[in-house]
Amino acid sequence: METFYEEHEDEHTLELPAEPMRINMGPSHPAMHGTIRMVMELDGETIMDLDIQPGYLHRGFEKSCERGTWSQVFPYADRLNYVSPMLNNVGFALAVEKLAGIKVPERCTWYRMILGEFARITDHLTCNSATAMELGAFTPFLWCIKVRDWMWDILEQETGARMTHSFGRIGGMAQPPTEHFKESILAVLPQVDEVLLETESLLLKNRIFLDRMQGIGKLGRERALSWGVTGPVLRSTGVDYDVRKASPYMFYKDVDFDVPVGHDGDNYDRFMVRFEEIRQSMKIIRQCIAKMPDSGPVDTDDPRIILPAKSDVYGTIEGTIAHFKLVMEGIKVPAGECYSYTEGGNGELGFYIVSDGTGTPYRVRCRPPCFYNLQGCREMLIGDMVADIVPTFGSINMIGGECDR
Amino acid sequence: MEFGWFLLATVLKVSFILGVTVLLYAPVFVLFERRQSAMVQDRIGPMMGGVKMPRLVIDHLQTLQMGAFGMAALCGLLFLFATAQVWQGNGTEVLFTEPVLGVRHTWNGMMFVFGALAAVHVPLGVVLPYLFHHDRLTIFGGLHALFDAIKAFTKEDVVPPEADKFLFSLAPIIAMVPALMLGAVIPFGPTLYVDYLFEQLPAEGTIGGAAIPLQVASLNIGILYMFAVGGAGIIGAALAGYSSNNKFALIGGLRAASQMVSYEVCLGLTIVPLFMLYDSLLLDEMVQWQVDHVWGVVVQPIAFVLFLTASIAEYKRVPFDAPEGESEIVAGFFLEYSSGKWLMYMLAEFFEVATSSMLIAVLFFGGWDVPFLGRGGWEAFGYAFDLSGTHWAILSEVANSHVFIVAVQIGAFVLKALLLGMLSIQIRWTLPRFRYDQIMQLCWRMILPLALVNILVTGIFILLTGI
Repeated sequence: METFYEEHEDEHTLELPAEPMRINMGPSHPAMHGTIRMVMELDGETIMDLDIQPGYLHRGFEKSCERGTWSQVFPYADRLNYVSPMLNNVGFALAVEKLAGIKVPERCTWYRMILGEFARITDHLTCNSATAMELGAFTPFLWCIKVRDWMWDILEQETGARMTHSFGRIGGMAQPPTEHFKESILAVLPQVDEVLLETESLLLKNRIFLDRMQGIGKLGRERALSWGVTGPVLRSTGVDYDVRKASPYMFYKDVDFDVPVGHDGDNYDRFMVRFEEIRQSMKIIRQCIAKMPDSGPVDTDDPRIILPAKSDVYGTIEGTIAHFKLVMEGIKVPAGECYSYTEGGNGELGFYIVSDGTGTPYRVRCRPPCFYNLQGCREMLIGDMVADIVPTFGSINMIGGECDR
Repeated sequence: MEFGWFLLATVLKVSFILGVTVLLYAPVFVLFERRQSAMVQDRIGPMMGGVKMPRLVIDHLQTLQMGAFGMAALCGLLFLFATAQVWQGNGTEVLFTEPVLGVRHTWNGMMFVFGALAAVHVPLGVVLPYLFHHDRLTIFGGLHALFDAIKAFTKEDVVPPEADKFLFSLAPIIAMVPALMLGAVIPFGPTLYVDYLFEQLPAEGTIGGAAIPLQVASLNIGILYMFAVGGAGIIGAALAGYSSNNKFALIGGLRAASQMVSYEVCLGLTIVPLFMLYDSLLLDEMVQWQVDHVWGVVVQPIAFVLFLTASIAEYKRVPFDAPEGESEIVAGFFLEYSSGKWLMYMLAEFFEVATSSMLIAVLFFGGWDVPFLGRGGWEAFGYAFDLSGTHWAILSEVANSHVFIVAVQIGAFVLKALLLGMLSIQIRWTLPRFRYDQIMQLCWRMILPLALVNILVTGIFILLTGI
């Protein structure tokens, strides 16, 4: 880091020599999620320079993927953005299906979309409420976490796990939708809406909250684009880039939704974009539920990809062998490479996968949206005050698992 | 008054004000903070800590409750019977004839005793199930808070190796003691005339005999003492930040020092209009003015809002808790403190809430004043509460007796401060935190000019009306 102040004192000034204070924030600091270190140069409370050092949660995600079968990547993918694991699961499944040319049944795609948007709602709820909590508004945080818990109850009912579902499969999903899937989702959506209104009524008319959010942590449109920022952070600067609209995957072409954009690129815009996206996600879910067929297969009908039913595994020799081959050798993905990108909770979640024709990935490269968003963070913060780090960093929604991989 | 009696009275007064602060306000505010937050945030709250009760008690909770209600009903019946007797003129003018718990009693005394017993047993029965959570006695979660305090005290007390050990240990004491000393000038009741405890006093005129003002010390500098002693609390915070050898603590200490010094100015200027109206700096005379005229909040609502804001900032609670700023500078000036020293900071905070609530009650809500209750008894719109000559004479005699009036007034004062403290706790769970520079701007650009304008307007008003 370069020093910005003069090394030599001017003899003619009467002021006391003052040096900026260098201070370490993190990695064990409540606002840094335990995964980031910020080295700051402070002039009083103003941040003169800032060095953001990620990497404390590096677990070797990409390398780990190369030692198992393609299907064994899903538990790792769960732990990228652990606030919305379903989006990662689906994103990786889509990437492999794109490379292998697999088509999944229509019902599966609707199911994936509903679960994905559901995960996006929980992601945005967590991020926004945590931003408010870090500003000292504890009450809206617990309201949002309460409703997130209800949503996790449904995800648990569907997948068996509250957070790391490992529910995606290549060519389908681990389980078909449960019997009461649609009813339970339709029952929880109005409650989400209610809590949203309640939270907004507590925060958005509050002068203190607005003063802390508006005009803080600004990022210009050009700078955002040149840093490669995506997702709500980019949309808050006024660029309406949303992968779901720009290059629709699954059935996003067939549903009607808007892409909310801000114009200042400050904390408030990011906050509002996320809240509006929750509403749009609910709109998408309602349409998907109307269009999703109640019966039909969820998994693609290909024994080389999908595990046979357990009764077949124990009952027939074909089933036993298919099961053995799929588990021991994995799904044979044709040699080649492809880049598949979806709209994750924080932006463009890309998987660049290379296959050499065996059952094991040759290379899995993940484009984590957080990492690119974090790059813009330094520009947002320089010139602001120490206390502004908290809401700005919170509204970036840096998820350690995804950023450091 | 003899010196011995004076000493005894002073010791009693000091122990009352300290006892109310330490044993009533601090635990009740801690409990309220947790229960209130649990209520607004839809969670069960501090219900984990508690004493495991025997199965027998838990299983028969409903029986106990029914027992309480039954007792209330029985006492109620006896109360009604006694009342009927008094109605027919069987009560005598006195409460009890000589042997109090013996056989000789009067219907008047029966009426009072059983009325009180019935009134106590109904809330007891209602509250009983809420004292328990599952199979534990939790007392609304109060035991959880108590256990938390015990846990904090018994933890290891860590002093950072590079810290200034002496100042580090001194700082929490400096922070806590002024908060307790503030109670010394707060009048918590009217003057007590010891010789006439059970008699009705004349509403006007001087009264002879021994008189005890219910205030530890009526200093002639009055409220200036509050500012002087309260200002000492700044040293506690600044010293903690300085001696901890931690940059976050240093930032916190600096924030605390500048914020408290700034708001000290506001705190003084916001109540200057009150001095002008009350024409005194003495807190007891301020209360007396409000007893004679109206409560301060009616004549100076703006001063009340400004003073409430400034006092919350002065004791560094949300939304003015930038010196602690838990999310950015971790815990601010007491970041390095642990165990009992940490607890002293937390307690100091609640003591400050208590004393500032008491001060606001004195300045703006008439202190111990109860509407329609004067020294001479209850009186509303010219009608005195006087039943002498009827069968019910004993009622007004008790209600107008000096000791009863004083007790009601002290109770009213304690209750007012309690409600004001709850208000500040509700604010704490509703608002987010200011940024440090916004706090300073609010102080110098908003509160200070408004306070000055308020002084000007009050001055013009006084000049014109010639109060």
